Amino acid sequence: MNVRLTKLLLGLAAPLLALGLAFLITSLVLALAGDPVGAVWSQLLQWPQPRNQINILNNAMVLFLSGLAVSIGFRMNLFNIGVDGQYRVAVFVAAVVAGEAWLPGYANTALAIVCAMLAGALWAGIAGVLKATRGVSEVIATIMLNFIATSLVAYLLAKAAVREEGSNVIGTKVIPESSWIPGIQVWSDVATELYGFIVITVLAGVGYWFVLNKTRFGFELRATGQSATAAVASGVSAKRMTIATMMLSGAVAGLVGLPILFGDSHSYGSTFQSGLGFAGIAIALLGRNHPVGIALGALLFAFLDEQSNPLQILVGVSPDIVAITQGVIVLTVVVSYELVRRYGARLEQRRVAAELAAGVTVAADGDRRDPDPDPSAPSAPDGSRGPGDGDVDLSKETTR
Amino acid sequence: MRRTKFAAVLAAGVLALAGCGDSGSSDDNSNGGGGDGAGSDIKVGLAYDVGGRGDQSFNDSAAAGLDQAKDEFDVQSQESEAEDGEAESAREERLRTFADAGYDPIIAVGFAYGPAVQKVSAEYTDVQFAIIDDSTNTADNVTNLVFAEEQGSFLVGAAAALKTETDHIGFIGGVETPLIQKFQAGYVAGAEAVNPDIQIDVTYLTQPPDFSGFADPARGKTAAQGMYDAGADIVYHAAGGSGGGVFEAASESGNRAIGVDSDQYNTADPSVRDAIMTSMLKNVNVAVYEYLSDIVNGEEVGGTVTYDLAADGVGYSTSGGFIDDIVEQLDEYKQQIVDGDIEVPTTP
Repeated sequence: MNVRLTKLLLGLAAPLLALGLAFLITSLVLALAGDPVGAVWSQLLQWPQPRNQINILNNAMVLFLSGLAVSIGFRMNLFNIGVDGQYRVAVFVAAVVAGEAWLPGYANTALAIVCAMLAGALWAGIAGVLKATRGVSEVIATIMLNFIATSLVAYLLAKAAVREEGSNVIGTKVIPESSWIPGIQVWSDVATELYGFIVITVLAGVGYWFVLNKTRFGFELRATGQSATAAVASGVSAKRMTIATMMLSGAVAGLVGLPILFGDSHSYGSTFQSGLGFAGIAIALLGRNHPVGIALGALLFAFLDEQSNPLQILVGVSPDIVAITQGVIVLTVVVSYELVRRYGARLEQRRVAAELAAGVTVAADGDRRDPDPDPSAPSAPDGSRGPGDGDVDLSKETTR
Repeated sequence: MRRTKFAAVLAAGVLALAGCGDSGSSDDNSNGGGGDGAGSDIKVGLAYDVGGRGDQSFNDSAAAGLDQAKDEFDVQSQESEAEDGEAESAREERLRTFADAGYDPIIAVGFAYGPAVQKVSAEYTDVQFAIIDDSTNTADNVTNLVFAEEQGSFLVGAAAALKTETDHIGFIGGVETPLIQKFQAGYVAGAEAVNPDIQIDVTYLTQPPDFSGFADPARGKTAAQGMYDAGADIVYHAAGGSGGGVFEAASESGNRAIGVDSDQYNTADPSVRDAIMTSMLKNVNVAVYEYLSDIVNGEEVGGTVTYDLAADGVGYSTSGGFIDDIVEQLDEYKQQIVDGDIEVPTTP
């Protein structure tokens, strides 16, 4: 079979297998819990109302940024589990800066966004410096920093908080209206607006793709991620890259809460959405660290989240089923990509072995070459190399 | 590759754990479905705070009020609970989904719904909304149901001061929010009214926006143990589900604790029951029931209704008979508060 076609089919097989498995497992859980399987799926798979479509896009925007932040670390084999703490510190800083309104209008907004990215970068940078200088695992450091971030923000919020009479919600000063990022009215008859932050979100996605794939920095980052020793041997400073990657990841994490801050809540307070950083880990895994994949993963998660209220109110099923479905999807994606990768590697081995056998006979005749010198082996999209790849290289050495 | 796998496993673990946190009350939701009120066209939508029905505390109290109304008035109902750390849009959407499905009235349990009720009540002006623990909404179709927690806390503070043998008591708040500070302020004022020199330890389990302090019995236990070790012999908790740990610590160290929201002598684990001296009652059930009763009877609703000592919206429990000997003194304080002779502070 044509190699390209095989690759394409294998690429499609993995997500389809994952979704199919997730569907089966979730149905099984529903059946075991005694819930109406059919009713749940018919609600869950319903095309959302215009209002809900906007909510999904808004929520996906936030999840996308979080997934992006996590995947920057993944690309260098750094597990930044601290996006949760980083975005919390950052959004608090942004809320305070924007609330104080030292600059007028959008200058204030821009300043707050820069401050948020700086705060996120510095907070993540602590873990980067610890890793580079003392060899502290970034997993441990960022988890600890999450706890510190929670307490620190809580402490500072208590200092900075203003409270409306009769309300029990506390929050920072409300950002002046001139610094809000206006929403985009998508449907004329729906009051819910799309966050204007979508422009910055899309730019962040494109920037991620460009920096990682088209710049020297991105190359060095990926090279260090695949083999630190090889990178060092070719003149890349692994320590510098560790700190830089963590800070870049933290800077993007700094954007996570901002769509909500500038588009909806206009202040940071006790009811601000939390746990976004952890959702980002799942979404980065789901999206295979590719910006388009992350966007799709974020949309899928946001879509499922949006169904949790109707599930409860209209079907009478616990919304926990949504969390279960999300967890199952992440698991099946990871498992099915690995299965498909192994299957692809085996196919490749068999193909090469066949070619090798044929090649030896042909070489004996002395007038034909390897018919397909395509060097791209079917490797996982994240660039990890499977056992099959080595065989390919070896075969080429032999046939030439 | 190895690292990526590790990451995957860890993330899956994180997800699984996150799932566990919410699973406690999952089986209760389906109970609310359907309803039994054939013939009645009143459909009540009840939006719970995090924890939902089955939290043995605040939400359960609201559920009890709904159940009572359903028994007596032949109304239909549906319930929905909040996820921890959910988006503001999720709260709004919960209310809108109720409204779109024809639920009217819609009761939002907990101050977190304040902004959402404000927004959604303006979109559905012909639907009645009620919110518990928030009085910022002034729309005609919103009824604010608020409580004088400080008054009830004053009485249990006085009880603690009368009963302590070490002149040393404690207060554990779940999350340091203005609402829980009301409990603290009343408790301290009540204890000091009895004994101005009493030593009162105060601690909060978490700070907002971390609301895990309302659902962390282990942390509640550690905090209470610390207070008992330091010499306090009675600890009052306003920490929702974390209170179970406070009772355990009291029971194990042979000291006493004071419950909150509902009569926890009746709801807590029987093994720790004898440590629960009294409970500060915050009768959310009364508020929910009376609100629904007004709706069913076609009476005027709206504005802010304050449930205080005078309205029996707050109080203390005597189950177990541990404070029978001081009821007379407590009732004296109660009368003074009702008459306005004692003004209980709302901030510490």
